[in-house]
Amino acid sequence: MENIKLTIDNRSVEVPVGTTVYKAAKNLGIDIPVLCYMDLHDLGIENKPAGCRICVVEIEGRRNLAPSCSTACANGMVVKTHTTRVINARRTVMELILSDHPKDCLTCPKSGRCDLQDMAVKLGIRNIPGQEYAEMSTYKTDFSPSIIRDMDKCIMCRRCETMCNDFQTVGALSGVNRGFMSVVAPAFEQDLEKSPCTYCGQCVAVCPTGALTEVDHTPKVIRALADPTKTVVVQTAPAVRAALGEEFGLEPGTSVTGKMVAALRQLGFDYIFDTDFAADLTIMEEGTELLTRLGKFLGGDKNVKLPILTSCCPGWVNFFEHNYTDMLDVPSTAKSPQQMFGAIAKSYFAEKLGKKREELVVVSVMPCLAKKYECQRDEFKVDGNPDVDYSISTRELAHLIKEFNVRFNELADEDFDRPLGESTGASVIFGATGGVIEAATRTAYELHTGKKLEKVDFMELRGMEGIRSATIDFNGLPINIGIAHGLGNARKLLDDVRSGKANFHAIEIMACPGGCIGGGGQPLHHGDTSILKARTKAIYTEDTGKVIRKSHENPYIIQLYKEFLGKPMSEKAHHLLHTHYFDKSNKDVFI
Amino acid sequence: MSHIKVELKKEQVAKLKEICKSFNNEAGELINVLHKAQETFGYLPAEVQEIIATELKISVAKVYGVVTFYSFFTMIPKGQHPISICTGTACYVRGAEKVLDEFKRILEIKVGETTPDGKFSLSCLRCVGACGLAPVVSVGEKIYGRVSPDGVKDILKEYE
Repeated sequence: MENIKLTIDNRSVEVPVGTTVYKAAKNLGIDIPVLCYMDLHDLGIENKPAGCRICVVEIEGRRNLAPSCSTACANGMVVKTHTTRVINARRTVMELILSDHPKDCLTCPKSGRCDLQDMAVKLGIRNIPGQEYAEMSTYKTDFSPSIIRDMDKCIMCRRCETMCNDFQTVGALSGVNRGFMSVVAPAFEQDLEKSPCTYCGQCVAVCPTGALTEVDHTPKVIRALADPTKTVVVQTAPAVRAALGEEFGLEPGTSVTGKMVAALRQLGFDYIFDTDFAADLTIMEEGTELLTRLGKFLGGDKNVKLPILTSCCPGWVNFFEHNYTDMLDVPSTAKSPQQMFGAIAKSYFAEKLGKKREELVVVSVMPCLAKKYECQRDEFKVDGNPDVDYSISTRELAHLIKEFNVRFNELADEDFDRPLGESTGASVIFGATGGVIEAATRTAYELHTGKKLEKVDFMELRGMEGIRSATIDFNGLPINIGIAHGLGNARKLLDDVRSGKANFHAIEIMACPGGCIGGGGQPLHHGDTSILKARTKAIYTEDTGKVIRKSHENPYIIQLYKEFLGKPMSEKAHHLLHTHYFDKSNKDVFI
Repeated sequence: MSHIKVELKKEQVAKLKEICKSFNNEAGELINVLHKAQETFGYLPAEVQEIIATELKISVAKVYGVVTFYSFFTMIPKGQHPISICTGTACYVRGAEKVLDEFKRILEIKVGETTPDGKFSLSCLRCVGACGLAPVVSVGEKIYGRVSPDGVKDILKEYE
């Protein structure tokens, strides 16, 4: 196809047909400011409702200014991106947006990383005319276990809607009402808790303002740390170490495991443990469950459900509890690593310390917002005492480290405590899409065949494609594996399974793009998906650097079974490490 | 929004499904489906929207978004006697707003609402083509001309 030639700010540029003015300008190194627009190229998602009008440019021969994010280039077009008319229009648009936006930047949870704030600075906004007689539109604030919706701060960019509907196909959010009353909300303006929201947090990850933020658990953690009667145990998820450094100005993809451990020790946690340990435990249980189901299936047992679906991701668990209620017995019954850790910490480890479970406070650091909801679920409590007390996001941990006056970048590497801090390379890769199933494959292969794996890297299971599949040869037995990340991709895969079109033995599903490394609790990527790739690389590099790379070879896991659990899927393991699922499709919640 | 739980009868659900089917259950036909549904039920309660969402395979949030965007669609059943006050230019300059305020005061409802007993509902419209009679009020099919705030209670009395 022929290219299009045009001029932008007196410079010529040639672009393929269909290119927008915004992207053509970008090719020339001209950054036209955008606010509602967001291009998540690697995920195939582009949000361009052309709603905010910040990106307007002047096009010769056109009467009106044009939104560059959604205007296609045409041959001979002459574009000006910074004429007086354009600058004035941009400022006016910004002033109008700000005229209906709270001015509480000093106390806003998004302050300092807010796209709206940055834009006000960039455009040199110094006052907002007409405020004295303007009435602000207000809405009730919605507090869910994971996410807070403060719609007074919504600028109707529709990024959250795009993520929730187009990428995740969750459909919890939509633009409702009109004019000043318009807002993004669940059906009938109910709270998120009564909607099909999975708390994946992808809306929070893309929100340009403080309209969607996580529930802040740091005050509770600070209080627990200061309480002399409590033993405070912390666990850190695999994906956190691959992203935490970004909050301290380090390059995306810098692994900061050792610094993170040192920082947690400075914060005053009594035991610095690793969710990775529990990930290894998950592999023992889930891998055994897979082999058991597979064995029965191959033996002709008609009651056995295959494929087995992973159940580590709480966003995904919420999704199938809402949407696939006919398949509630298909996912693995293994709890997520966060919850396995909590259950073991408050039983096995508490016993070792000679303490009661109530004397222990278990804090988790997660790349995830759904984990906040997960740890509050009733089935993960014993007499009202939760296995995991508080879950904080990577962002919240970074905040805590700063508040506790720690110079993060200068910290010397330290190591996790034992026994619950030992982990293998297999558990580290839980943080990336395909990682859980690769870890499971490493263990299941050896347990099934009784042979040692020649090569532990299963490259065929890695990558950023939304839906992937591979067949792994288990010594003559071909095992079909499916992988999906992003709930929209999960839906496609699940629909194929339901209709019998797809034939898998095991499927890994993660709710977030790229897996946990792209979780809703991670440092904000501001639309730059290369950050997700850098984190993925960090995860696999960490795996390669580990001495032990198979979960069943973790010496402390072996010890845990010997001293406490017996064997995988034993009665005790079932009681502590497995769960069941609920039908949440109840339509009555809407009223 | 309505907090009253509406139990849809089996026939009503069947009728709704039939409406959706007449548009091939296509998501793109949402507005037409809502139009027909409102024609049938008089309004669009949450339960109706849920069925439409399921049939057209779109989220309830999306359906609700469309229902709340277009002023034609309503989630509140109209009263037994729907009252409309013309707030077109001619009626407005001749005091329609004061008449409207009087209706709101006596009935204790806002525009777009229905009295708890379901008797009256209040809405505004723009010009019924009887500007010579401004300000104009209609109750059901009946038109009242040159209405003054004092005359409001007499109008309501007719429907007691």
